[in-house]
Amino acid sequence: MDDRRPGIRPRPSIWRRLDSTARRSFPTAMTMLLLLVTAAPFRLPGQAELQNAAALSCVFFWSVYRPGSMPPPAVFLVGLLADLLDFAPPGVGVISLLVAHGVAVRWRRDLIRLGFLPVWLAFVVVATGLAGLQWLLTSALTLRLLPAGSALFQAALAAGLYPMLAVLLARAHRTVAEPANA
Amino acid sequence: MIRLSVPLRQALAKLTLPVFIVASFGLMLLGKADTLLAERARMTVADALAPIYDALAEPLSVVHRAIAGARHLATLYEDNARLREENVRLRRWQSVALALDAENTTLKAQLRWIPDPAPSYVTARVVADAGGVYARAVLLSLGPNHSVTKGQIALDDRGLVGRVTELGARSARVLLLTDMNSRVPVTLEGSRARAILAGTNGARPRLMYWPEGVQPAEGERVVTSAEANTYPPGLPVGVVRYSASNVPEVMPLARLDRLEVVRLFDYGLKGVIPPETSVARLPERRR
Repeated sequence: MDDRRPGIRPRPSIWRRLDSTARRSFPTAMTMLLLLVTAAPFRLPGQAELQNAAALSCVFFWSVYRPGSMPPPAVFLVGLLADLLDFAPPGVGVISLLVAHGVAVRWRRDLIRLGFLPVWLAFVVVATGLAGLQWLLTSALTLRLLPAGSALFQAALAAGLYPMLAVLLARAHRTVAEPANA
Repeated sequence: MIRLSVPLRQALAKLTLPVFIVASFGLMLLGKADTLLAERARMTVADALAPIYDALAEPLSVVHRAIAGARHLATLYEDNARLREENVRLRRWQSVALALDAENTTLKAQLRWIPDPAPSYVTARVVADAGGVYARAVLLSLGPNHSVTKGQIALDDRGLVGRVTELGARSARVLLLTDMNSRVPVTLEGSRARAILAGTNGARPRLMYWPEGVQPAEGERVVTSAEANTYPPGLPVGVVRYSASNVPEVMPLARLDRLEVVRLFDYGLKGVIPPETSVARLPERRR
């Protein structure tokens, strides 16, 4: 419940406050759950890339549309979980998600005004840059030149996944994740 | 809650992101400096998730089998014809193998050959992919009181899969032989030449360092070699295939893309000693 907005609102009982907290933590909780689900043994080809793409899409979406529910500490935790699940060098996923969050928060006012397509284009740019950054950092940390094809595939998969996830997340954004509905 | 002035609160809010970015760089350094800590953290997460994924694996594999079954129905007739033909060929090979086995037994008896001890093994279910984007590995679910140790060798029903590299209380990570960091000492079965099989993260690892004067032949079988005391000799690994750019690669016999169950063999090899046991070194087992 937003105290800055004027109007008549129900008394903040304990249940209402609980409901509001749950709605506020929905984005972070769902992103973490999605990470765990995409790590399950579905034997999909490219599932590791899918996991990264899903985390990046969620963090970017919520950072643009509801940064209050996806603050930097939450992004840090999501990235840490992603790194641990993926057996990647710890910190690489964290940094890329934090950068995505920073970029999204900086551009959000312009992006929201422009509509879906520019947001998606911005996401594609961010995803490509971050796939490159992850490739660079992982290569540096393992002291080995890793195949760049995986990075390209990861970026392409993220670009393709974002619109699909955005449809679902936009619906959640208006309904379950909206604290004003509490 | 502490009441802060508005400008101070805004300044703090602006600082959070840079602070966390610095923290993640710190995390990266920590992970590089203390690999054991990172490994423990990962295996704790894996231990917590392995039973859940294990429970999920059963219904998921039913679905996979149903899909595969439907696909097989379409090619039933061709498959049947091919299998009949293959069966005839294999029967011929079976009689050859039985004759050779009998001959081998008599020759070994005459030589007073000391037989290799039968290795002990446990079977474990593959519950998840544990590779990420830049590695090739699988996660196994083990019982709580397992006897698996690091360095044990994983095989599926056809050939070598990889080695146990990380171990938790109820899960283990097996690095596949296709991983970038995997190096397997191998013998080319035709020429008995030694070589190293180096993973590339692709489907086919590459052969390296074969001796001069020997050229790996297309279709030649590749088995493990006992050099470096990490693998027992003679485990089937794969078949030599030349790539389009004329590089000898090995097509693994094991079906690494659809592993469901693997066997972990304890050959008692301590060639590469894992970091934890380097202090209390186990006595070398006589073979």
